[in-house]
Formats: sequence, C-alpha cells, structure tokens
Amino acid sequence: MKSPPFEYVRARSVDEACELLSSHGEGAKLIAGGQSLVPMLAFRLLRPSWLIDVNEIAALKFVDPQPDTVRIGAGTRQCVLAKNDVIARRLPLMRQALAWVGHVQTRNRGTVGGSLVHADPSAELPLAALVLGARMKLRGKTSGQRMVAADQFFSGPMMTAIRPDECLDEIHWPVWQDARIGSAFLEVSRRHGDFAIVGAAAQVAVDESGRCTRVAFGIGGAGPAPLAFPKLAGRLVGTGLEADAVQSAVHDAAAELEPGTDTHATAAYRRHLARVLAARVLRSAYETARGRA
Amino acid sequence: MSEKLYSVSVEVNGVRRTGQVTARTSLVDWLREDQRLTGTHIGCEHGICGACSVMLDGDPVRSCLMYAVQADGHKVTTVEGLANPDGSLSVLQDSFCEAHGLQCGYCTPGMLIAAQALLNQNRQPSEEQIRDAIGGNLCRCTGYQQIVDAVQLAAKRLAGAR
Repeated sequence: MKSPPFEYVRARSVDEACELLSSHGEGAKLIAGGQSLVPMLAFRLLRPSWLIDVNEIAALKFVDPQPDTVRIGAGTRQCVLAKNDVIARRLPLMRQALAWVGHVQTRNRGTVGGSLVHADPSAELPLAALVLGARMKLRGKTSGQRMVAADQFFSGPMMTAIRPDECLDEIHWPVWQDARIGSAFLEVSRRHGDFAIVGAAAQVAVDESGRCTRVAFGIGGAGPAPLAFPKLAGRLVGTGLEADAVQSAVHDAAAELEPGTDTHATAAYRRHLARVLAARVLRSAYETARGRA
Repeated sequence: MSEKLYSVSVEVNGVRRTGQVTARTSLVDWLREDQRLTGTHIGCEHGICGACSVMLDGDPVRSCLMYAVQADGHKVTTVEGLANPDGSLSVLQDSFCEAHGLQCGYCTPGMLIAAQALLNQNRQPSEEQIRDAIGGNLCRCTGYQQIVDAVQLAAKRLAGAR
C-alpha cells in the first residue's frame, strides 16, 4: 500500500501549475487534497511521473459572492465551505451536499475542485454542480482559459472534459434569485460518510400560491456519471409537486439511468433507490420552499 | 536508480523536525519510521480507518493520505503531543482509561486526535456531534459506546476544571 515513485513539485500559482503540467507531459498530475488521488496511488491504479501540488496556491482558495453566482476557488477546502455563511445562505444545496461528503478528516483536506475533477460517479459535489448548472473555469498553457458547463463536464466514471494540461481554476455556482426556494440532498450508503450507493439532489422555487416556477433535480451513483433531468424537471413547473406528477417524473428519470451491479447493490436496487430518493428530495425541497419544512 | 530526496521541515508537537524524504513517503511513515514517533498507528493506508489521524495546523487529517513533503512548513500534532508537559495523561486520555474507551488500542491514537480536535472547537459536544467527529475512525473492539462515554466524561471534567 505504498505509492509508486514520483517526483514532486509545489506550484506557487495557477500559471506555474499549467506550465509544469505542460512541461512534464501526460505523466504529470495535479494533487489538491489528495483524498482520492493518494489511495489511487497506494492501490497503484495510477503511476504519475510527477505530482504538482496546488495546495499552497492561495489564489485558488476563495468564496466570492456575485449578484447571481458565487465564485469559488477550486482549491477551497470542503470544511471551509461547510462552515461558510455565504454558502449556507446562497447555495443551500451545496451545504446540504457537503454534509454527506466523507468525514471530518477528509473534508479538512479535500477540495471542491478536486472532487469535481476526480468525478467519482457517486460523489456529492459533482451532482450538486450538475443540478445547479455550475460552470468550470479551466486554464491551460496552450488552450488558455475556457468555461465548461457541468452538463458538458462530466463524461463518465472519473472522466471529465478537462484536458491533460489544464487546471480547474474556479467554479461559478448559479444562485437562484427567486423569493421562495428550497433544496434537499439525500443519499443511501452503508455507513454515513461511505461512498453513496445512490444520491439525489433537488432545488425548487415556488410562487405565492405554491406552484413551482423552477425545478431542478438529479441523481448520482446510478450510472457512469451523475445525471440531471432538465426536461423532466420542466414538466413539473406549474405544478404543486402533487404525488402523481412527482411519481411520473422520477419513474421516467429512473428509466434514463444506467446503474451497475456490484458488491454493494444490484442495478435494480439502485434504480429503486433513485426513484425513492428523487421523490423525497423533490418533496423536501418543495416543503422548504413553501416554508413548511 | 535511487529516488530523489526532498528536504522537509515540520513542527511536530512544538519541536522543529527536519529530514530528507522521497516524494512518496507518506506523512505517517515519516513520523513513525524516520522520527520514531510510533504513537500514530497505520491501519489501512488508504484513508478508510482513521487510525493514522494527526492534526495538521490544528485540524485532524489522515496522515496516510498526504505525503511528508506536503507537510513541509506546517505544524503537526500527533498523539504524543496530547499528554501534559510532565508526561502525565491529558484529561481526554485519562477519560479513555476511566470509561474503557479502548480494548486493543489500535484505533486509540486516531480516536484521541479526532476527539481532542472536537473538544478544542466545542467544549460541550452533544452525543451526535461526538459520533460525527469520530465517524471517520473505525474501532473493532468497543462498539463505540465507551468511546463516546469517554469523550463525554472528558468534556464534563474539562468544564468542571474551569
């Protein structure tokens, strides 16, 4: 369980990290919190020739509230976000998701950007990013700067649109401006803090009469990447999330999933969980939006 | 071919310790093998069991999930750093003895670090908060109840001492 040999360098800026990625070639990897990367090295699933450490780059650690987004530096630690007032007030779904991420010790090292680029199919932050429509600001020496939306970013298990010479710089999380919003995040795992078997996230906005004006929901852990369901969510706009409408939407959502079978759960059980959890988060988000939760 | 060595300088339990390490040397291996601080235990070596928990700049982390070279310039507290200056057990350590918060002792250093980090931030934690704080630490002996009892006892004693 010892990591294979590699060479190590601390990057002092994002530019330097990109420069190092470019000069050391495809064998080079960035290391942020290392809470997934180090185990992968220990298991010898990865044998990078270089690790470029981005932990000491202060410019990657910030929470910057804008009128309709919150900009978050990719190197911001999960424990910092979990305690941050701006996140609690303006991105309640992210805060709810963070409560399910690992343990105290891993959240103290793990970063938001690391979780997104690692892209574990059952991970909470990628699912929250997808449901909220977060946008990733990537930087690379040759490709320069580009923005990639979450629905274009996650392409498969541990696979994203990020190129080998790129560094995730910051993430722009949209903030819903509606007066009455609610959100919820739920998952089932063997023990709290373990990898989710299935997770679900939802955010809704309602008008004064209790009709939904916006709905977003998604499911993680039940396929190669988290999935959001904008069309099905659109069907729920204008409803009061009555049981029939919700059941129909989550049934159709579960049909789109491609869950796998492994030692933790069968594909059928994952699909079942997806339906149940998606219905629960929609309901819970709705109740919060109506001020009844 | 010999591996490249990197200089590290880490303040461990208030004492500056320096050394030369390969990049892949984990923090826990450096503490145990090079610095002979064997109080921190190695369990799973892939971030599941929590036995290797240490404080990095005051916050509990898994020392098997970071490389010693990454700790360069930082402060680390290991279980050896929890005892009183005269070597006697801290209130928390003594409470683990008192409440039978251990049997085989393998998880204990990690449990102590996790619990001390909690008490440093929260003098009167609820049972739920205690269970959350030690949620990343596996114990195969106690069933956790006596560990929770020990942390509650320590909190009570610390409150009485003030």
